Amino acid sequence: MTAITALPAADLTTDRKAAAQFLGDVWVLTKRSIARIKNEPETLSDVTIQPVMFVLMFTYVFGGAIGVGGAGGSYHSYLIGGMLGMSMAQTAPGTAVAVVSDMSTGLIDRFRSLPMSRAAVLTARTIADLITQAIGAAVVAAVGLAIGWRITTSPGDAIEAFALALLFGYAFTWAGVCLGMVLRSPEAAQQTGFIIFLPLTFISSAFVPTQTMPGWLQPVAEWNPMTALAAACRSLFGNPNPATAVHAWPEEHPELTVVLWAIAMLAVFAPLAVRMYRNKNR
Amino acid sequence: MSTAVHGAPAIEAAGLVKQFGKTRALDGLDLTVPAGTVYGLLGPNGAGKTTAVRVLSTLIRPDDGYARVLGNDVVRHASQVRSTIGLTGQYAALDEYLSGRANLIMIGQLSRLTARAARKRADQLLERFELTMAAGRAVKTYSGGMRRRLDLAASLISHPAVLFLDEPTTGLDPSARALMWDIVRQLVADGTTLLLTTQYLDEADQLASRIAVIDTGKVIAEGTPAELKASVGGRRLLLTLAAESDGAAAAGALAPFATGAITLPNGPSRLIEVPVAATDGLATEVLRVLDNAGVKVSDIAVRGASLDDVFLTLTGHAAEEKAAGDSKEEVPA
Repeated sequence: MTAITALPAADLTTDRKAAAQFLGDVWVLTKRSIARIKNEPETLSDVTIQPVMFVLMFTYVFGGAIGVGGAGGSYHSYLIGGMLGMSMAQTAPGTAVAVVSDMSTGLIDRFRSLPMSRAAVLTARTIADLITQAIGAAVVAAVGLAIGWRITTSPGDAIEAFALALLFGYAFTWAGVCLGMVLRSPEAAQQTGFIIFLPLTFISSAFVPTQTMPGWLQPVAEWNPMTALAAACRSLFGNPNPATAVHAWPEEHPELTVVLWAIAMLAVFAPLAVRMYRNKNR
Repeated sequence: MSTAVHGAPAIEAAGLVKQFGKTRALDGLDLTVPAGTVYGLLGPNGAGKTTAVRVLSTLIRPDDGYARVLGNDVVRHASQVRSTIGLTGQYAALDEYLSGRANLIMIGQLSRLTARAARKRADQLLERFELTMAAGRAVKTYSGGMRRRLDLAASLISHPAVLFLDEPTTGLDPSARALMWDIVRQLVADGTTLLLTTQYLDEADQLASRIAVIDTGKVIAEGTPAELKASVGGRRLLLTLAAESDGAAAAGALAPFATGAITLPNGPSRLIEVPVAATDGLATEVLRVLDNAGVKVSDIAVRGASLDDVFLTLTGHAAEEKAAGDSKEEVPA
């Protein structure tokens, strides 16, 4: 039986700087989320099986009926840029579900009673989801390559495209965290996430050129960050990109638009999420 | 991590108020918990026990009043408070998908232990709580009693000087409950200050050196179990009759002694219970009277008031009866 004694200083990390403690906490908690994925790999199906299904369905079911607006090239070459965006955004409902589930267990109370960083729990969630999104991006690229999609530009351009996609995905993850903090049940998070993220994906140039939409809808689609990401990826991959014919600012500066959207979303949703976590049940 | 200044209370709270919508969960709660003791918060569901623990463990902020743990204010110095406390809530606060050992190591590291110290401490606690065999298994495969033990181990990983246990044995079977009691007794022997909430009177009686009885968010009585029992005053006379049919005659003969309602034999028990005043020679007197009335007695006992009596006297309702009908509405959504 060990008596209550002060722990030796060598066993403690209390003398580390706040930033080092924050990163340490994030790392410990990210490992927790990764262990969960290892334990139940089926939780990855939304970034592994689903994108494969969507790529194949869009290519072989709708592909023949969708023109890419005279930009030349085949639909499957056009599709992958949009598919990459979809696979990023659609992890957000999963993030919301994970956050709601965590919040509803006693584990979060324990975390909140520990001398750990307040922002670490949510940050670790987003890091784990970023890893998930990277897997999703790799799956989309692999299935794309299998059906004939090619990158015709330099490796640097391709890396820039994937980096933009992940930045975009990371910003959406924080929106998903906020959603999870607001909602009360995993079911509500799943459904609300679907209602928000499905129109966001479809009212964009992810699957069809915005020029084919009715005039009143075109500005919505043109300013949708999903459109900017799809256009940026298509241009960086050297794929057909009908957006170049659209005279709207986001289409003229797709890469900058993605970065600005991501910064704006992170600036709003990350502090909001941490604030909600801090004040939960107060 | 740090120990209390000698003589200063480990926990002190004054005038704590917490309102959830229309419910006043805490309504001016005062509390002083001496260092190194087990302190029981006793009350039915909805009395405010869990809310009190959540305020003291920095999870929620009081609307009014103040609380200090080892001298640190739970609102202004919340992070200092967090580094000195452990919390075991009503629901096991564990990651279901991680192994028991991985849970302890994770919580250890988040409690500012180094990875090496966290691993070492995790193994010690697993052994101490008889969980070594299950250490590598995912927590979702654990029984209720194992979860509670692991949960308690997690609260102890950083040697907290003050430990909050919110209904540690609710829902456990008797053997798991007995094991938890043993563990709690060991903790006190180690010098930990323990604040324990319970709706079980016998649990408070068994474990706590002082008890605060709370109802509707306020402390309605406070003291050692003996003091609380004494405050109710009277004693109870327990008689086992030789023949069941003598019940009415016995009740008639005992009426002059009774200070309250006489409980007559129920079924084949032949046991009569009579609330009586504490007077010398009572048993002798009772036996003489019953003998005169022709009632034969097989067994007689006079005992002090139980905490059940205390609770009933103070609140006008029995603790566990009310608890059984209530849902766990104390925890805010």
